[in-house]
Amino acid sequence: MEELTYRDAVARGIAQEMARDQNVVFLGEDIASAGGVFKTTGGLLERFGPKRVRDTPISEQAIVGAAMGAAMTGLRPIAEIMFSDFLAVCWDIVANEMAKMRYMTNGQVTMPVVIRTANGAGSRFGAQHSQSVENWAMMVPGLKVVAPSTPADVIGLLAAAVRDPDPVLFFEHKSLYGTKGLVPAGTLVDQLGKAKVLRQGSDVTLAALAAMVPRALAAAERLASEHGVSATVVDVRSLVPLDTATLLREIQHTGRLVTIEENPRLCGWGAEIVSIAAHEIFYSLDGPALRITTPHLPLPSADNLEDAVLPTVDRIVKEIVETFD
Amino acid sequence: MSQAQASRAAGDSNPDRATRLKLYRTMLEVRLVEKRAYDLFMQNLIKGTSHLALGQEAIAAGFGVAMRRDDYTFCTYRGHAHTLVRGASMVGVLGELMGRECGLMAGKGGSMHLTSAEHGALGSYAIVGAHLPIAAGAAWSAQYRGTEQAAVCFFGDGATNIGAFHEALNLAAVWKLPVVFVCENNLYMEYTPIGAVTAVPHPAADRAAAYGLDSIIVDGNDVDAVYAVAMRTLARARAGEGPSLVEAKTYRHSGHSRADPGKYRPTREVEAWMKRDPLPTYRQRLLGLAIPEAELAAIEGDVRAQVDAATEAARKSPPPPVELAFTQVWADGGFAWRN
Repeated sequence: MEELTYRDAVARGIAQEMARDQNVVFLGEDIASAGGVFKTTGGLLERFGPKRVRDTPISEQAIVGAAMGAAMTGLRPIAEIMFSDFLAVCWDIVANEMAKMRYMTNGQVTMPVVIRTANGAGSRFGAQHSQSVENWAMMVPGLKVVAPSTPADVIGLLAAAVRDPDPVLFFEHKSLYGTKGLVPAGTLVDQLGKAKVLRQGSDVTLAALAAMVPRALAAAERLASEHGVSATVVDVRSLVPLDTATLLREIQHTGRLVTIEENPRLCGWGAEIVSIAAHEIFYSLDGPALRITTPHLPLPSADNLEDAVLPTVDRIVKEIVETFD
Repeated sequence: MSQAQASRAAGDSNPDRATRLKLYRTMLEVRLVEKRAYDLFMQNLIKGTSHLALGQEAIAAGFGVAMRRDDYTFCTYRGHAHTLVRGASMVGVLGELMGRECGLMAGKGGSMHLTSAEHGALGSYAIVGAHLPIAAGAAWSAQYRGTEQAAVCFFGDGATNIGAFHEALNLAAVWKLPVVFVCENNLYMEYTPIGAVTAVPHPAADRAAAYGLDSIIVDGNDVDAVYAVAMRTLARARAGEGPSLVEAKTYRHSGHSRADPGKYRPTREVEAWMKRDPLPTYRQRLLGLAIPEAELAAIEGDVRAQVDAATEAARKSPPPPVELAFTQVWADGGFAWRN
């Protein structure tokens, strides 16, 4: 075990896979010489050389298009889109081409490509560099969607994504880059489509993703110490495939469901989980499900404004306690 | 090797007799399959839409004959021709258009998405311009693997005004990728004359300099000329000298799609281009080169019989089983998104 930042885990995960497989190549803006604008990819150029670690122009369509063409012809590219908001610039190739090619061709084409991107708020970057856009990807058939919350999960899930034969959108959270966690030595390979139970309780089940996971854990501690409410916390980790087995089991165990989502209100992943629970385990629920989200807003920039709209530990605790009144 | 040197190395000399007959046959195969597709539409045996390339066959044929078996083709929703010339079967193409089980993709793609990966035809793309960066990616892969394969990417004049065109050209030039971008300039972007919406007279060739590439214009209705340009640009790609951008001037005989009678085009313009139909003009050239008419007639009879047989086979093929709609979202063959 060693302590590693979420940031350093990105480079370690990429390096682990590039060292294993010559077909893994990596491209994106400022990723090679500069080591990434979030300093997540330092050292990769030096270790693997300019043929495998390639700086690109500011051309998101060219980046994901090149990754797609390479994936169709035998390589396993990792493409970086610097901020997840920029996915909008190349969404045609992601949603119309990459996601549908296998289906339209009845399986003639395989698409082992990973798009890594820095997602989420908390950096005071304003409305075009802070969004949580994992739901854009979740609603497109043919895309797998992963969002790790810890350094160990960054490595393990990235390895699983690179080894997966289907396109995977890998959402790193930029507010988590500086956080630390223990990482086992040696090769780490996790599994897509597996949620993780981080805390076991008896009164309510909190389902959270990415930067909302540490907030859910902090909220669970306060619910226990200040309100006598015992909460289970599930890190959803993978939106597609979605581990409904783990989620439904943990919701049934406590009888209550709360989703904690950073995204704006409408069509968030939590709505899908609530809908599945309402349909499949309705008679196991002891109360209404609750979705805690950012309101349906673009994100503001100033510290106090951004803090006011994102789900905070205070708001999570308050809203959950209200459901027990 | 400069582009001029590559040109000399590949030889701009005229194709030999066997190649010429192959070019003629290839154009004829495309022409007769597409005419058949039109007839099948009229009989309501083909649904949806279809974008025919009648009149534009020389471009697909010239490149198709020049390409190596393991090269990659990327084309557009007007892609029946480019897929056929790589060796995809007529039954597979007609069957796909008719939504039959024997279709190249068993009816899951349709006219606008013809793909035959085993023949290197890596897709027909129905979002204008999207496939240019994807073709660059396949070329990048060939460069990385050191296989001397090339990618050829066909698109219309309309695609030169979309962002992906410029992103792909720039990346291909900067990375010296083995890709040939072929603009089929048929003078109309859908219903609008390309000149009315483009800042330069030659939508592709006049942009080449912006990416450090030579300006190449070829008569897209002269299959020998297209073949020569194809040999030259493919040789340059394989030699590691980077991409080329070719503008092939041509004309479609019919409208943009099945829904379009093409009434916006001046009659004189249509008539002038119909006189330059690549098939009869090439037939005349071959006769002038002392190829016996009987030999051409034999090819014509042969291709007609092939198209008839393919039509019959496609008609007899059942529609795909309904279960097929629920397959191949993922590499495990299924469509499950949860456990």
